[in-house]
Amino acid sequence: MDYRGFEGVIGLEVHAHLLTESKLFCGCSTKFGAEPNSHTCPTCMGLPGALPVLNKKVVDFAIRLGLALNCTINRRSIFARKNYYYPDLPKGYQISQYEEPICENGYLDIYINEEKKRIRIKRIHMEEDAGKLVHEDTIETSTYSLVDYNRSSVPLLEIVSEPDIRTPEEAVEYLKMLRDCLIYLEICDGNMEEGSFRCDANVSVRKIGDTEFGTRTELKNLNSFKYIEKSLDYEIKRQIELIKKGGEVVQETRLYNVDEGVTYSMRGKEEAHDYRYFPEPDLLPLIIDDKWIEDIRKGLPELPFEKIERFLKEYNLPRYDVEILVSDRSLASYFEDTVMLFPEPKTVSNWIMTELLRELKARNLEAKDAPISPANLAELLTLIKDGTISIKIGKEIFPELCSTGASPKRLVQDKGLIQISDESAIAQTIEQILARFPKEVAEFKAGKDKLLGFFVGQVMKETKGKANPKLLNELLLKRLKA
Amino acid sequence: MEDLLKLNIIELSDLLKKREITSVELTNFYLERIKKYDQYIQSYLMVTGEKALDMAREANKRIEKGEAGRLEGIPLGIKDILCTKGMETTCASRILKGFIPPYDATVIKRLHGDGYVHLGRLNMDEFAMGSSTENSAYQVTKNPWALDRIPGGSSGGSAAATAAGLCVASLGTDTGGSIRQPAGLCGVVGMKPTYGRVSRYGLVAFASSLDQIGPLTRNVIDCAVVMNTIAGHDPLDSTSIPQPVPDYTEMLGRDIKGMRVGIPKEYFIQGIEPDVNQSVKEALSILERNGATIVDISLPHTEYAVATYYIICTAEASSNLARYDGVKYGLRVEGKDIIEMYKRTRFAGFGKEVKRRIILGTYVLSSGYYDAYYRKAGQVRTLIRRDFEEAFRTCDVIATPVSPTTAFKVGEKADDPLQMYLSDIFTIPVNLAGLPAISVPCGLDSSSLPIGLQIIGQPLDEARILQVAYVIEQEKKLKKIPDRYLT
Repeated sequence: MDYRGFEGVIGLEVHAHLLTESKLFCGCSTKFGAEPNSHTCPTCMGLPGALPVLNKKVVDFAIRLGLALNCTINRRSIFARKNYYYPDLPKGYQISQYEEPICENGYLDIYINEEKKRIRIKRIHMEEDAGKLVHEDTIETSTYSLVDYNRSSVPLLEIVSEPDIRTPEEAVEYLKMLRDCLIYLEICDGNMEEGSFRCDANVSVRKIGDTEFGTRTELKNLNSFKYIEKSLDYEIKRQIELIKKGGEVVQETRLYNVDEGVTYSMRGKEEAHDYRYFPEPDLLPLIIDDKWIEDIRKGLPELPFEKIERFLKEYNLPRYDVEILVSDRSLASYFEDTVMLFPEPKTVSNWIMTELLRELKARNLEAKDAPISPANLAELLTLIKDGTISIKIGKEIFPELCSTGASPKRLVQDKGLIQISDESAIAQTIEQILARFPKEVAEFKAGKDKLLGFFVGQVMKETKGKANPKLLNELLLKRLKA
Repeated sequence: MEDLLKLNIIELSDLLKKREITSVELTNFYLERIKKYDQYIQSYLMVTGEKALDMAREANKRIEKGEAGRLEGIPLGIKDILCTKGMETTCASRILKGFIPPYDATVIKRLHGDGYVHLGRLNMDEFAMGSSTENSAYQVTKNPWALDRIPGGSSGGSAAATAAGLCVASLGTDTGGSIRQPAGLCGVVGMKPTYGRVSRYGLVAFASSLDQIGPLTRNVIDCAVVMNTIAGHDPLDSTSIPQPVPDYTEMLGRDIKGMRVGIPKEYFIQGIEPDVNQSVKEALSILERNGATIVDISLPHTEYAVATYYIICTAEASSNLARYDGVKYGLRVEGKDIIEMYKRTRFAGFGKEVKRRIILGTYVLSSGYYDAYYRKAGQVRTLIRRDFEEAFRTCDVIATPVSPTTAFKVGEKADDPLQMYLSDIFTIPVNLAGLPAISVPCGLDSSSLPIGLQIIGQPLDEARILQVAYVIEQEKKLKKIPDRYLT
């Protein structure tokens, strides 16, 4: 993006719903989509006298992410109450962390045009989600609200970046990498539509070269990569225009209107809440010892950015390929499983990125449910490599291999698709074709070189595509130029 | 029958087990007394007679089967701040009118497990905010010793009912003195345990870092017996202490030879009524005669305790009481939109003192004021705690008056919140430090109003302060119940 002398300054706050069985402070289920208020108890309903008890699993998850993002894991952290009134918040406060969060001072590296950029992580903290208001029609037209507290106290991690991001593109790269990390760590499903992974952005602009930050606005509830990119771009441009016209950016909270592609003010600074944070007296400070951290460290999987580096080195693939393969943990495993059996990484990568991804998309499947096994793909690639079939035949039968799950070898045999690599057989067909098209032969000999393709096509047609293309080319040229 | 009032819980349990009396008879005895006397004292917000008799019948059965618990068949009164499944729990507030908890507080569960009988819900200052029980939204409880006087608060209903013999014992809660002060003013024993010794689960929160549940009883043995049931670790309360519970009756009657009793010079200042001063001094000489050593100590940050307390407790209260918004339970006053509904509900639902504290608490937590008030108060709280730690290097327990005065007249301080706040000046530091303390009757003033001695212990040292209180009780042999309730 080019902002003509200006740059954006973006800090992101990501909320990730955690994949724990139970809620942050009680034993209620976190399952999505249950009968309203069926997953509730005195604690998550905020009944008088009920008290919170910390779910240790959430701490495990926070440490996992903290370690993955190179954070300091604070040996002592505290919970705080964030006070505000809303009907979906049953206690009148949210239990969160404010001073002394569990993780601080980490970073995540992203790549823009092959160039590394480090985005610092300011903090990661644990907090509880609120319930959900349900309306007949819309909130504006309904005369009443219903409240569903099933989501109340479902655990979240909030990941706050430093304002190191300069463009919407960087923002999206950062979010994609962060999301991949959460999924690799198996602590969040990353589902943006259901709100398991959502983002707020603090945005300001400044002249390139300035070191001071400008006044920032906050964009709330961004929940798709596409709209994040668009809304950030809009907001940066809006602020630049404003400043160029001699105006000033007002500190406020803004929302993005998807239909009109613009951001608009939700509330100003004056209406901003004073959350009156203070340490949560119902919970003791959380003390984490070295052993706890080391136990978690031992269980960490290979992270996406580590896998990317390894793939680059081990398989010598372009970064573009690697990023696509690694963006899905199952796809990456699929790739590696196939390469074990067919050790030509680039070939495997090409087949995965074109044929396999196409089939997945057509069948609306995820990589973990790939309709062709790595063994079968490797077998198919081996058939091509040893000349048993042509690439073309390979691609043609790929969908069928996916539908049937059949062994490529069997299918090729059963359908009689084995490539003709017998010189005399091909030569014989060539003679037939040349006899059939004397006019074209004459034209070729007169210099119309591109007719070669025509002859190849005719031979292929005659052999139902089974003629070894390389051999065919050689023999044809030899015969015609003779 | 009136002799039953003189018996402690262990003696009553013996009678019950020997079938010399049944729990139903004992329960009816107390229900009769409530009917007869509570019209004057107004200690009960609700008498749960039917429920009590059901529980008594169950107790009879278990006694017959030889399965009696430690409080089997013993009728107790419960401060209306402890959630009890299926029973309206209002905190003496209009805003919780009609709120019926779907669960039992942990202490109620424990009492249940030991076979208690639930006589009724006892009056209190609304949300435990007050020192006279005049802040109840429903009724003003009178001091059984002088009906024109307050019983203290906020557990005034518990203290008055116990003192007038309208229950064997009761539970109260203590945030800044709310068990000890009314116990002192009504002439009964009241204990605030170490913070975390008794689970707060199901105690409707006023100030979470200060609140503790404890017993109010007519004698020290009963206090120990009730503590045996209610104390102990509870996984549902994260601030609960995971330490085993001793038998609190075990130390009673043991001599206190060589025990060092600290007397903080900051607590014996002007403002203490001469009778109170005199009576407390006499109690100290009793301890000396029994072999204890009196040690002068200093708690230098005492003068900041009341201010510190009113910052911390109001801050926590402003947050704890935010949930009473008309959305989920209790009172709702409709409005044109959600904001108006909130405002109307809270305007109508909370009394004056509760509103005052919510406003104060909201202020001290506000952005720009937090550091000057709440953070500073937290720091001073640490200093106050250290004062005690320092003092306990040279003494084993600390003795002070419970309250600078005896019971004041109804209405006397009702319009002067600051004077009211100062009546808790000796009890507040103990909550800030999280220590256990007991109020034990040590005499009567010239108007025959009870005076209490406070004995403060080190963390989890409840057994020792009970032991000291028992010495005072045995020497003083004070009248437990005013004569007029014995006819």
